[in-house]
Amino acid sequence: MANDPIAVSSEKCTGCGRCLKACPFDAITLKDKLAVIDLTKCTLCGACVQSCKFEAITMVEKTAGDVDLKLFRDVWVFAEQYEGKIHSVTYELLGKGRKLADDLGMALCAVLLGKGVKEKAQDLIARGADKVYVVDRPELEFFQDEVYAAALVELVTKYKPNVLLSGATTIGRSLVARVAVKVHAGLTADCTGLEIDPQTKNLLQTRPAFGGNIMATIVAPANRPQMSTVRHKVMKELAADPARKGRVFMEQIAEGVLKARTQRVRFEPETSTTVNIAEADIIVSGGRGMLKPENFALLNELAGVLGAAVGASRAAVDAGWIGYSHQVGQTGKTVCPKIYIACGISGQIQHLAGMSSSDIIVAINKDPDAPILKTATYGIVGDAMQILPLLTAEFKKVLKKS
Amino acid sequence: MLFGLEDWPVHIVVCVKQVPDTTSVRIDPETNTLIRAGVASIVNPFDMYAIEEALRIKDKLGGKVTAISMGPPQADAVLREAIAMGADEGILLTDRAFAGSDTWATSYTIAAAIRKLGAVDLIICGKQASDGDTAQVGPGIATHLDLPQVTYVRKIDEIAADHVVAERMLDEGSEIIRCPFPCMLTVVKELNEPRLPSLRGKMAAKKAQIILWGAKDFDCDPINLGLNGSPTKVVKIFTPAPRGGGEMLTGEPEEVARKLAEKIRDAVIAISG
Repeated sequence: MANDPIAVSSEKCTGCGRCLKACPFDAITLKDKLAVIDLTKCTLCGACVQSCKFEAITMVEKTAGDVDLKLFRDVWVFAEQYEGKIHSVTYELLGKGRKLADDLGMALCAVLLGKGVKEKAQDLIARGADKVYVVDRPELEFFQDEVYAAALVELVTKYKPNVLLSGATTIGRSLVARVAVKVHAGLTADCTGLEIDPQTKNLLQTRPAFGGNIMATIVAPANRPQMSTVRHKVMKELAADPARKGRVFMEQIAEGVLKARTQRVRFEPETSTTVNIAEADIIVSGGRGMLKPENFALLNELAGVLGAAVGASRAAVDAGWIGYSHQVGQTGKTVCPKIYIACGISGQIQHLAGMSSSDIIVAINKDPDAPILKTATYGIVGDAMQILPLLTAEFKKVLKKS
Repeated sequence: MLFGLEDWPVHIVVCVKQVPDTTSVRIDPETNTLIRAGVASIVNPFDMYAIEEALRIKDKLGGKVTAISMGPPQADAVLREAIAMGADEGILLTDRAFAGSDTWATSYTIAAAIRKLGAVDLIICGKQASDGDTAQVGPGIATHLDLPQVTYVRKIDEIAADHVVAERMLDEGSEIIRCPFPCMLTVVKELNEPRLPSLRGKMAAKKAQIILWGAKDFDCDPINLGLNGSPTKVVKIFTPAPRGGGEMLTGEPEEVARKLAEKIRDAVIAISG
């Protein structure tokens, strides 16, 4: 139909079938040597358009927006802090942001919201920021979605950044999803790759989809700022340079803007864990193959020696062996540690979705056909209950020596 | 109350999405791509907790639960499932004009439809959908409707006709937040155990008339819909390079433990040493 968002030209299509293979959504079939797109399955991702050698598939182009892109300058990083401590993802974003800002010939700016946080501005400069915008107000003592979003919207409207990055943390995702709607910006979640397109100067945002089985590169060509949340522990931070110079702007925000309808009653710190899995560089994780909750002590011992966090598969959490905040995978948390040690975890696609981007994956499993062994950097077919205490002993030796 | 005058009982809207069932998704070992043919569709797992919580609140306070979804015509299956569990009605937003919506356009469209419902106290969404994993649509809906939100709700401590006290799961612990109605919550798995549909529920779901709304059925600006209303655009889809060939360590337990310790020794020392 003429007004379909994507269409195949019957004159140009040769029925070669390339687009069928390219489609990640199984939305194309061949009928009478002609590609037919099922619009109920199609997500307009454009993979088929790229694959077609005959330019037979056309997609409706977005009508150009009325946003004057030239007005938007600088690369911004939302500096997440908790009780005055800067979240480490902020430094990673500054590291990446520095490169993006240099490629664009623009300044790198950090936005710091909080109460009594001003002296932290220098830390952000030391990590690469040229400017720091600080809003220091009692209303910002704790993260509150509405108030933080209102402050950020004020600053974005005033200064018009070209790019705005935030950590894909619990707080970051809740916050910038509100900001993006308010300022009518494109927002890409959980990016693992960011670069500037040398021709268009657009931000190319790459993120995993379907649990990392496919990757998608996304742009927001007609809207600014270009907003992304970025996965923790993927980007590299710069070494702190305390001598680095930058400017700090104390921002005033009009009375009445920073109003929250929600009220923070209290905070209860997680007591069961020493290291939380979202932050951990090493995770020792257990699944159904640990057989009983008492065996999680073996994971705890190794984690203790390594300074690691303890994770778990859904099966172990559902069995009540360990709390939900430890669950790795699709219905739990996505983690990206340097080392992930999976013990007695078979490696269902839902679990792999939550940990497959870890640098080093170690898998210990009795079943030689367990899918986790195919993903693992180092695989061991064996009994985790036997091997874990031996590993703990080995690392006690190793870490004492170093 | 949102856009309404009634103050009792509560009207809860629960947002549900149809997603491919990842338990049946397999990877083609040769091309390393997803095999999607024959993959069943299910209710997004996190949305099951949203439906369950809406029903529990209704059981406690009385009122009405409306399930809403956006998608192709066959997505009515997820609304029937919500009705089978106990939801009172299902509304499917379906129109070619919605095709290609990103999270901005999706949240705009759903918010506009909710506005048409009039008196709504509470909107409940799953934390995120298992196919897109963005966690952006819930807060997006709240912002389009100018509502407060509590995301990542793991427990409801208190609920009344005009407010909720909820525990939000943060990395460092739980934040207990009091939020007045109307508001939007996104929920995580820990919150509850979704019920199985009763036989009566299943019968009701079979007979239920799913309400179909296209772009002309509620007040929305076509410029904000679908591909055209979506600031983001996918420019490339590719399969990541498979992980470098793994190495199997073999031998007696003592031997493999020692081999493994050697292999990851440097990485461990760099982190913990």
